[in-house]
Amino acid sequence: MPETSAAVAPKEFTLQEYKTDVHVDWCPGCGDFGILSSIQQALFQLQIPPYKIAMISGIGCSGKTPHYVDTYGLHTLHGRALPVATGAKLANSALTVVAVGGDGDGYGIGAGYFLNTGRRNLDITYIVFNNGVYGLTKGQASPTLAKGLKTKSMPDPAIQEGINPIAVALGAGYTWIGRGYALDVKSLVSLMTQAIKHKGTAFLDVFQTCPVYNDLRTKEWYAGEDIGRARLRRLDADPSWDPVVKDPTSVEEIVEKKTRALNASYEAGDNLAVGVFYTIALPTYDEQLATKIPALKEHPLVDLPLYQRDVDPLFNELA
Amino acid sequence: MPTELSRREFSWVLGGPQGGGINASAEVYAKALARGGLHVFANIEFHSNIMGKHSYYRVTAAQLPVHSHVDDIHMLVALDQESLFGDAAERKHYPSHTGHVHQVAAGGGVIYDADLKIDPAQFGRDDINLYPIPFFELLEQALKQVGKGGQSRKYIVMRNTVALGASIGISGYDEELLFEAIRDEFKGRKAEAAEMNVAAVRVAAAYARSQFGARPTRTLAPLPAEKRTRRLLIKGFQAVGIAKLKAGLGLQTYYPISPATDESVYLEAKGPHYQCAVVQCEDEIASINMAIGAAHMGVRAATSTAGPGFALMSEGFGFAAITEAPGPVVFLWQRGGPSTGLPTRTEQADLQFALHPAHGDFPHIVVASGDIEEAFADSFESFNWADRYQVPVVVLLEKFLASSLFTIDPMDMTRFKVDRGLIHQANGDGDGYRRHALTADGISPRTLPGMPGGIFSTTSDEHDPEGHITEGIENRIAMMRKRMAKLDTAAKEIPASTKFTLHGPRQAELTLVGWGATKGAILDAMAELELDGRLVNFLQIRLMRPFPSDAVAAILRSAEQTVLIENNYSAQLGALITEHTGVVLDHHVLKYDGRPFSRNEIVEGVRAALSERKKEVMVSHA
Repeated sequence: MPETSAAVAPKEFTLQEYKTDVHVDWCPGCGDFGILSSIQQALFQLQIPPYKIAMISGIGCSGKTPHYVDTYGLHTLHGRALPVATGAKLANSALTVVAVGGDGDGYGIGAGYFLNTGRRNLDITYIVFNNGVYGLTKGQASPTLAKGLKTKSMPDPAIQEGINPIAVALGAGYTWIGRGYALDVKSLVSLMTQAIKHKGTAFLDVFQTCPVYNDLRTKEWYAGEDIGRARLRRLDADPSWDPVVKDPTSVEEIVEKKTRALNASYEAGDNLAVGVFYTIALPTYDEQLATKIPALKEHPLVDLPLYQRDVDPLFNELA
Repeated sequence: MPTELSRREFSWVLGGPQGGGINASAEVYAKALARGGLHVFANIEFHSNIMGKHSYYRVTAAQLPVHSHVDDIHMLVALDQESLFGDAAERKHYPSHTGHVHQVAAGGGVIYDADLKIDPAQFGRDDINLYPIPFFELLEQALKQVGKGGQSRKYIVMRNTVALGASIGISGYDEELLFEAIRDEFKGRKAEAAEMNVAAVRVAAAYARSQFGARPTRTLAPLPAEKRTRRLLIKGFQAVGIAKLKAGLGLQTYYPISPATDESVYLEAKGPHYQCAVVQCEDEIASINMAIGAAHMGVRAATSTAGPGFALMSEGFGFAAITEAPGPVVFLWQRGGPSTGLPTRTEQADLQFALHPAHGDFPHIVVASGDIEEAFADSFESFNWADRYQVPVVVLLEKFLASSLFTIDPMDMTRFKVDRGLIHQANGDGDGYRRHALTADGISPRTLPGMPGGIFSTTSDEHDPEGHITEGIENRIAMMRKRMAKLDTAAKEIPASTKFTLHGPRQAELTLVGWGATKGAILDAMAELELDGRLVNFLQIRLMRPFPSDAVAAILRSAEQTVLIENNYSAQLGALITEHTGVVLDHHVLKYDGRPFSRNEIVEGVRAALSERKKEVMVSHA
């Protein structure tokens, strides 16, 4: 029996088993710590064996995350985490694949993959650390920085619009779309567990503070210290909020739910919606591939007997 | 004095507008010839265009092995006027070609549409036979025979078959073999079409036989049934596709691009039965990175592309190398460059690109196949190398090989053995496992993600043996040495027979040097060059990295006169040889018009280089 599917006795994994002893080199007070801690807690709560997880990251501060989570980890190229994650999941569908990266990584250099991964609906999770700046290169504007804003290392305010990742994700076809806040770990863990459990591509945008380079979107700003109330609005605080598409065959319902999600994503200024924006159960890419290759229903590709193929029939077609 | 091959081969060209169905007719004809025991080589030229522009298929057949085409045409079958005289009438300033009439050998024939009402004087040749055939009228007759009278407009694409039938009627061949090939092509739901095409061949062949007395000097006949050998008629993309399945390919990724797409589409059709997944990606960056992701998970992964796509794979290639991924294997089907260049034409101008695919110093393997058998073997072995040395591999191929048809003897599959390289056997909790452990031969046993005790991290940053980022000086030196050591290990282990071949005698008065799919034309040209009264051999280089420096240097240092033959502008193999051996080759015969070498171009180019003592000769027989 191939080792990758070897049965192991059920075992309780401790939170510690999801952590490495690699020194974390993020700046003190970085929002990334909240996201890292949430990832570790979510995986621990779900009790997914660490050796059944592949964490795949892009480049930037967030790209270092896999080094700090004791799972299989691929720290890839700038903007390419999603294609690598896609290949990993295609190869071994038994793995829980979590891709992480920054907003520059995902919405800038990796924009094409952000879009096309949404179309595929492979059963993976994509978490974006969204802080509005390119931290590791010292604070340039990222694709989410709104027009007119000027962080401290920018000589002038941004003269192009920031993108709305939730709106893009809705258009791209992600089947689970959410947003969290790095410093609200409790809610973030809950969002992450939902995202990972979702069958299909889950996209979670996370507002993250960069205390060194983004002096506008600070912890205090999100807390709304200047306006006397929090700027983050929990979608689920509204009892009528229901992001779940009940009938995935109903275009009407899909459009209605997407419209509500879109409206919520455009709430700007002092009301930033967090929570689950939209979710729908649709066939995953893995499932559709298995209709072409039925053996994939039973085993991941990596465990199939691919090395004893009889290709004579292909030659015979050419005789 | 001609060689036996040049006296006995038969060169046939079918020309017509793109989308007019010449491929199907030419391939059915080639199959009929192969089944008649003949050796066949067939190649196609076409534009980057869906419909209307000039394309032609050349079928060369002989009772003895043939690997190349010649300039001469013994029977030209033209579906339109442009195939006869070119497009100067429409494109006055920069005509793309001058047609094929001028290539018809003395005593050869031309079949064309009588409805074009061409004045025979326009051919300007009194040494060839003209066969005007009323394509439309014969098609109507044939359709009537199968109960489809009055529908010739609907089935106008069958003009091809009428032309083929006329060609058989005039040049001869066994009609039954052709019918069999047609029925093979049109099976099942298309069986009705088979009988329509059979009728078209019958009607046209009978017409041509009865109408014309004069026969061209070269005609064609199958071998007697008892002397026929079963051979395969195969294109390069098919050989590569089958080899990849044989090698255990689990995931093929691709972005559509000429001339690489045929291979991926073939795998899309044949792969699922063999449990091979094929994914069409959003671009080539996604293609290579998906393949890398899959390779790291333990699945054999490949991607196929051409120059413009390979350009996008650069960063991914370096990523695979620094993370010591077992692959992917990148199949680079060369076309005319630079940039978009000549999308549907052939060239050998990506050798230096394949050797330097990304920034930084890293190990990778580059192999360039010369023919179908080598393409199969190299494609297969590349996956073993990728697993064994944990490096990305480039299999360098050409449009010319991808789309040309060759007869080959069935290959012995038992000699192809899968080797997945060193896999770490995890025990316990895996403490102490180091994915990038330093070893003398550079190879660190890998694990298969999903296995307990095998957890690893790796990164595109420089990393320590555990795969974590470090910028430490000693580690950097050790890691560079470790990775690069894999090249030496590969150089030691890959057999010499894979690295290069010296065709012909060990010592010769003239040594030809080349690589890739020019092999066939060079081999056929050698026989002709020997008739000039000198001993000729041919050094074919296959493994470009690690380069077989010592062996190549030894051969070239003892060579009397060397002529390098390449399908590019800058003699890229020549530069590589000099880089590794210090040897500067005496002469270069180069061709960069986007078309493959004909045998004549090689023979004449080599003769010109030698007799005129020219360092460089460019050949292009339009």
